[in-house]
Amino acid sequence: MVDLSVNIGGGLTLKNPIMTASGTYGYGEEFADFIDLSRLGGIIVKGTTLQPRQGNPYPRMVETPSGMLNAVGLQNKGVDYFVKHIYPRICDIDTALVVNVSGADVSDYVGVCERLSDFDKIAAVEINISCPNVKQGGMSWGTTTAGAAAVTEACRKAWNRTMIVKLTPNVTDVTQIARAAQDAGADAVSLVNTFLGMAIDVERRRPYLSTITGGLSGAAIRPIAVRMVWQVAQAVTIPVIGLGGIMNGRDVVEFLLAGAKAVQIGTANFIDPQVTIKAIDYLHDYMARRSLNTLSELTMLS
Amino acid sequence: MKQQMDFDVKDSLQLGGNYGLLKLRPIAQEMPLIEPGQFAQVEVPNCKTTYLRRPISINYADKHELWLLVRRAGAGTNALCDLRAGAKLNLVLPLGSGFSTQVSGRVLLMGGGVGIAPLLMLGQRLLANKTDVTFLLGARTANEVLQLDLFRQMGETHVATDDGTLGHHGLVTTHPVLAEHFDHVACCGPMPMMRAVTAIAKERSINCEMSLENTMACGVGACLCCVEDTSDEGNVCVCTQGPVFNINRLKW
Repeated sequence: MVDLSVNIGGGLTLKNPIMTASGTYGYGEEFADFIDLSRLGGIIVKGTTLQPRQGNPYPRMVETPSGMLNAVGLQNKGVDYFVKHIYPRICDIDTALVVNVSGADVSDYVGVCERLSDFDKIAAVEINISCPNVKQGGMSWGTTTAGAAAVTEACRKAWNRTMIVKLTPNVTDVTQIARAAQDAGADAVSLVNTFLGMAIDVERRRPYLSTITGGLSGAAIRPIAVRMVWQVAQAVTIPVIGLGGIMNGRDVVEFLLAGAKAVQIGTANFIDPQVTIKAIDYLHDYMARRSLNTLSELTMLS
Repeated sequence: MKQQMDFDVKDSLQLGGNYGLLKLRPIAQEMPLIEPGQFAQVEVPNCKTTYLRRPISINYADKHELWLLVRRAGAGTNALCDLRAGAKLNLVLPLGSGFSTQVSGRVLLMGGGVGIAPLLMLGQRLLANKTDVTFLLGARTANEVLQLDLFRQMGETHVATDDGTLGHHGLVTTHPVLAEHFDHVACCGPMPMMRAVTAIAKERSINCEMSLENTMACGVGACLCCVEDTSDEGNVCVCTQGPVFNINRLKW
């Protein structure tokens, strides 16, 4: 009998290790026509900030080889709108509801965590110190150990349920940032957010994105993400949640073998809105065929 | 309800040198109800360089059949136009909100190039609703005036070509029929055309709807990539609040 449940830290057990990545799945309800959302291990909703944000000007997206660049810039209606209007619609979905939290200053992150803490169906927050598309805050917190520690420590005081810290790959040594987050009180780390990239329209001789640079996601980044997850899994003792270019169930297994306890599927949802369910089914079959009963038995062979 | 559906390519026609018309038949699922102006996110098979689906307007749909009119704009749309009868195609549909279909008075449907695609179905629906409809189709040259026969069968149809090879010689926005009285305009075409039509409609206080084609990733309102800056709500998703917008909402 295959049991896909997994503990991702802070006492939070997911029914299976497959979650959806923030910024790619809206609030979950956008996909309700396509799948039974209650089958997901978790839904990580769009990055939420203290104040509403309009995000960056259009154009915000360009397709690239096996991937895409985006520069959305954390467009969202703010935490108050979220708790009043969106939370009531999604809080009864039988899955772990995780809110991705972003901000410019430490006080912004803390403010969002405090506002969310009254809503008990939020299972966890994911502290986003890795958004490459905002001028202030975002990734700048996640590129130094001091910055990562400062945000993590402050949010820890404001949030007593599971706290995941989402890391940027745009650093020299991601293991140092992961350790800083762990030491400052993170229950888990998730990686990778997008890689900073750029694409130029050679006909128009202009960058495709209004912001010139943007975040690269999709299958193109998967091998780099797998390598980083593998490095971090050996460097920290807290659970690692892997993401970056997962396109199917086979890729989920790859991240789990690299040391991730759970995964997030992002860009692939744009290509196949049912990819999450197919990946859960694949993982179940993969385990059953090998007579593996729990995810702790799913490890890389030496 | 939005769904993911597999289709058979029943017929694949090359039109005007630069366009393809795919006639699709659902394989297993029942065709959902489709409103004029809605679109599908179309998988691109057999293409090494594309990654995402392509948002394509629905040209025609009934219970058994769905047509996609595709302009060869790049590798993805080329691969779609090159599909042959017998191929399989996966679509996510129906997406977005379409044109108003309950409109009164004299209505003008204006299409430029491949922008005529959603107007075929809109014309059919408006005629079924006993609306007084006039069509104005524009293209660069005569053989790129797409589906002209089908529009002519529906009613009064005017044509403009940039090179004068058919109908009025000049941009569709300079066609003399525009001097006549219209109560409502529905428009889809290249950006400069839609901006020019918006200016005309605003000046003459004509109620007017535009179908936008901002670059999209998800098509379901999740990624927030395709936004248009609106006067009432700021950045909104073209894939869910559009692709059809009343010009009152646009900051053009």
